[in-house]
Amino acid sequence: MSSHQISVTINGEQHTREVEARLLLVHFIREELGLTGTHIGCDTTSCGACTVLLNGAPAKSCTVFAVAADGAEVTTVEGLGNGGLHPVQQGFTEKHGLQCGFCTPGMMLTSKALLDENPDPSEAEIRWGISGNLCRCTGYVNIVKAVQRASELMKENSDG
Amino acid sequence: MAECRGLGHSVQRKEDARFIRGQGRYIDDIKLPGMLYLDIARSPYAHAKITKIHEDTAMAVDGVAAVITGKTLEGFKLAWMPTLMSDQQMVLPVDTVKYQAQEVAAIVATSRYAAADGAAALEVDYDPLPVVVDPHEALKPGATKVRDDKESNHIFHWEHGDADGTEAALAGCDTVVEQKMHLPRIHVASIETCGCVASWNPVEGHLTLYLTTQAPHAIRTVVALVTAHLGLAEHKIRVISPDIGGGFGGKVPVYPGYVLATAASVVTGKPVKWIEDRSENLQADSFARDYHITAKLGSKNGKVTALKLDTVADHGYSDAAANPSKFPAGLYHIATGSYDLENAHVSVDGVYTNKPPGGIAYRCSFRVTEAVHAIERMVDLLARENGEDPADFRLRNFIKPEQFPYQSALGWEYDSGNYGAALEKAMDMIGYQDLRAEQAEKRARGELMGIGISSFTEIVGAGPSKTFDILGIKMFDSAEIRIHPTGKAIARFGTKSQGQGHETTYAQIIAEELGIPPEDIQVEEGDTDTAPYGLGTYASRSTPTAGAAASIASRKIREKGRKIAAHLLEADEADLVWEQGKFYVKGSPDRAKTIQDIAFAAYTNHPQGMEAGLEAISYYDPPNLTFPFGSYICCVDIDRGTGLVKIRRFVAVDDCGVRINPMIVDGQIHGGLTMGIAPALLEEISYDADGNITGGNLMEYLVPTAMETPHWELGETVTPSPHHPIGAKGVGESATVGAPPAVVNAVVDALWHLGVRHMEIPMTPARVWNVLNEHGAAATR
Repeated sequence: MSSHQISVTINGEQHTREVEARLLLVHFIREELGLTGTHIGCDTTSCGACTVLLNGAPAKSCTVFAVAADGAEVTTVEGLGNGGLHPVQQGFTEKHGLQCGFCTPGMMLTSKALLDENPDPSEAEIRWGISGNLCRCTGYVNIVKAVQRASELMKENSDG
Repeated sequence: MAECRGLGHSVQRKEDARFIRGQGRYIDDIKLPGMLYLDIARSPYAHAKITKIHEDTAMAVDGVAAVITGKTLEGFKLAWMPTLMSDQQMVLPVDTVKYQAQEVAAIVATSRYAAADGAAALEVDYDPLPVVVDPHEALKPGATKVRDDKESNHIFHWEHGDADGTEAALAGCDTVVEQKMHLPRIHVASIETCGCVASWNPVEGHLTLYLTTQAPHAIRTVVALVTAHLGLAEHKIRVISPDIGGGFGGKVPVYPGYVLATAASVVTGKPVKWIEDRSENLQADSFARDYHITAKLGSKNGKVTALKLDTVADHGYSDAAANPSKFPAGLYHIATGSYDLENAHVSVDGVYTNKPPGGIAYRCSFRVTEAVHAIERMVDLLARENGEDPADFRLRNFIKPEQFPYQSALGWEYDSGNYGAALEKAMDMIGYQDLRAEQAEKRARGELMGIGISSFTEIVGAGPSKTFDILGIKMFDSAEIRIHPTGKAIARFGTKSQGQGHETTYAQIIAEELGIPPEDIQVEEGDTDTAPYGLGTYASRSTPTAGAAASIASRKIREKGRKIAAHLLEADEADLVWEQGKFYVKGSPDRAKTIQDIAFAAYTNHPQGMEAGLEAISYYDPPNLTFPFGSYICCVDIDRGTGLVKIRRFVAVDDCGVRINPMIVDGQIHGGLTMGIAPALLEEISYDADGNITGGNLMEYLVPTAMETPHWELGETVTPSPHHPIGAKGVGESATVGAPPAVVNAVVDALWHLGVRHMEIPMTPARVWNVLNEHGAAATR
C-alpha cells in the first residue's frame, strides 16, 4: 500500500502526516488527529454524519480520501465555535434542534455552509439545504427552527 | 432562592453543551491503549452448509492477529447464546448459516483497515441449501426446515381473549369487515450503528464492556450467566453504556459482535473494538414488525362489538424479540384500542424463516404499533361500511371519560383517558369540515386528496412485577439521589438515555420534589458500577418507572429533611409546612429552613441519634402500566402521474399525562411522527425468493429526509395518570405507534371512490401508481 505525505489545515492548525493512499478523510480526522466530533453513520454517503467543511463547502468526509484533502482547509465541529459558540450552535441549543447528538455536528456544519451562502433562507430552502443529512430523532422541525434562529443571530451579530 | 423550574418548564437541555461542541463520547470515540479491531466475515447465502473456512487466507493479511470461528467458540461453549425469548441464536455458526449476512467468522487485527482486509480475504466454502422466506410457506407440511434443533418452523402459538364469545358476537353483528394486512420488516436505523469495546484484564479477572446498550444492567447479568462456566462473575463485569446515538429498541438485544469482541479480548489479552457498518446494521441486527394480520371487526346497530386478529409472525431463524418474558407477542392485546367493545380475541403464531432473527420494537412499546395499525384500519373500514364519517364513528364508539379506570375485553385496566377531547381538538386544529368540503370539490375535478384519522391508545411503562419480567428479572426501575452538604445533588438511574434528554428531565422531577434547581443536579446513567440496578430505557418506560423512582426517592429525602428542619427550627415536625424548596413553621413563614440549609445540617448539625447524610434510593414497582393516547389527522394529496403521496398537513394531538419538559415532549413527538410516516411511505427490508436482502443499505432503505418530512402541527390535552407520582405517562413512542394508520387511512380515503379499500405499506410511488393504474385512475400524460 503506497503512502503519501499530506498537509491539511484543520480548524486553522496545519497537520502534516504520512498516510496510506486509501485512508479516508474521516478516519484521518478521527483516528489520526483524535477529533471525534465528526461521526460515521453509514457506508454509502447517505447520512451526512461525517460532514465537514472542505475549503468552506460541506463534504461527506467518508467519501473523500485524506490525500485528496492535501493542501485543503477543513473545518470540523471542534473548529465551529472558535472559543465561544457559533450562532448555529446557539440556535441548535435554543430550539432543541438535537436529541442524541450523533447527526448534530454534520447537521450544524451543513447549516453553517447554507447560511454562509444564503443568510436568510426560507423554510423550503433550509429543508433542501439539509436534505443530505439524516436525523432519526428530531423530525427536522426543530432543526429548521434552529437554522432560522442562527440566521437571526448572525444578522444581529453583523448589525451590532 | 433561584426559581426551581420543575414540572412544565422548557428547560434547555443539560446534555447539549457537549453535543454541540462535538464532545459527546460515543462508542467509536473510545480508544484504549493497545486496542485491536474486530471485523466480521458474513455469509453470502441465506441457507448453506459451511464445508470449510480457510483461516490461513485471512491470517496471511498484514496486521491480522487472530481468526475466530464457530469451532473456536464451541470449545468454550459459546457458539450459541440465549435470546431474551428463551430461544437461542448463534454467535458464530459451527456448520450451517441461516440467513444472508449472518456472521461466519471474526477477524481481529491491529487496525480497522487490516481487520476489514482480513474479512474480505477470508475464503469460505459453502454448500447452498434450500431457502424458505415466506412464513406461510414455512408452515406448510414438507417445508424446508430452518432449525435443525427444532421439530418444525412453528415457534409458538399464543392467544388471548374469548375465542368462542368473539365468534358468537361476530355472528350476531349486522356489519362485519375483514382485511388482511402485512406490516413489513423495518429497521430502526439509528444514525449511530452498534458496537463495543471489550477490555479483559486477566490479572484481575475483570471485564469492562463499553457497549451501545439501552439496558446496561440486564446485559451485565446476562453476560454473567452465560460466562459463569468460564469463570466470569457479575462483580467482575462492568458494563458502560456511553453516549448513545439513537436506540429506538435496536440497542436492547445482545448481538454476536459483542460476544465476539469479548471473546477476542480474552483470547488476545488486549482491548478489542467492534463497530458495525451501516449495511451490517441493516442486514443483520434485529428487525422490527413483520406481522401478517387477518383482522375482523364487527358492529351491531353502529356500535363496535367484536374484534378478532389472527397473526403470523415472521421471526427469522430465531425468536430474538425483546418482549417481557411472559408475552411472546408483546402487548399486542392492546388491540381493542380506544373503543368500548366487549368481545375480542387475538392469536399469534411465530414462525422461523431464513432471515435475520428479531422481532424487536421500532420506537414502540412491545408490538403496540401492530395492534394500533390493525384496529385503526379496521375502525375506518367499519365506519364506511356503516355509511358514517370515520370521525363521527370513532367519537360514538370511544371509551367514555367516565368509564375510567376501564377494563378492556383483553384484560388491561386503562388508567385514564379522554379520547373524544383529543379527536375533537385535532379536528378543530386541522379544520376537518373545511377539508372534507375541499376534498369533495377536488374529487369532482378529478384530483386525489385524502384525510385520515388515527385515534390510538398506547400501553407503556412496563411494568408491574406481578406480570412483567425479563428472564425472571422484574421490570422495576431505580433512582438513587445524594444531596451534597452544599445543597447540590447527584442522581443516578437504572435507565439509559439515547437522546431523550434524561439528564434534564430527571433533574426537573427532582427539582419539582425538592426545590433544588435542575442545574444543581448531576444526572448519571449507564455505568453498572455506579448506577442502581434497573431494566433500562425502551418501551417508553423511563418516565413511568425511573421517573417515578426519582419522585419517590426525593420524597424520602424530604421526609428526612423534615426531621432535620424540626431540629434546626426547634419546632414539632407536625407543625412544619413544605413549600417547594423549604420547610416553614405553620403560621410563621419567616421561620423557615431551605433544602440547602437542611442539606448542610445533615452533614454538620444533624440531630443526635439520626444517621448523618441526606440520600435515598427507590426501586419503583409500578402498580399498573400507563396508557397515553392521542388523535392524529393526516391530509394527503396524491399525484396521479407518479403515485407520489404528499403529506400536506399532519395534526397530532397527544395526551401523555403531565408534561415535565414541554420542549422535550414536543421533540419526542416530532421524531416519533417522522418514524411513523417512514414505514407508511418509505421503509422496508425486503428479500427475494432466494433470501437475498434487497434493502440492506441506506441507498435502498429510505430513511426520511427533511424533504419528505412535513411540518408537524402539535396539540395537547392533559389527562394525568392517577397512579404515577407526578401523573406522567411517557411519550417517546406514541407518535410512531399512532401515525402509520393515519397516513394509510388518508391514502385509502383519497382512493375510496375508485373502489380502493386497503393499501399495504410502504405506500411507495410505484405501489400507489400500480393501484391507480389498476383502477384506471393513473394519469398517462
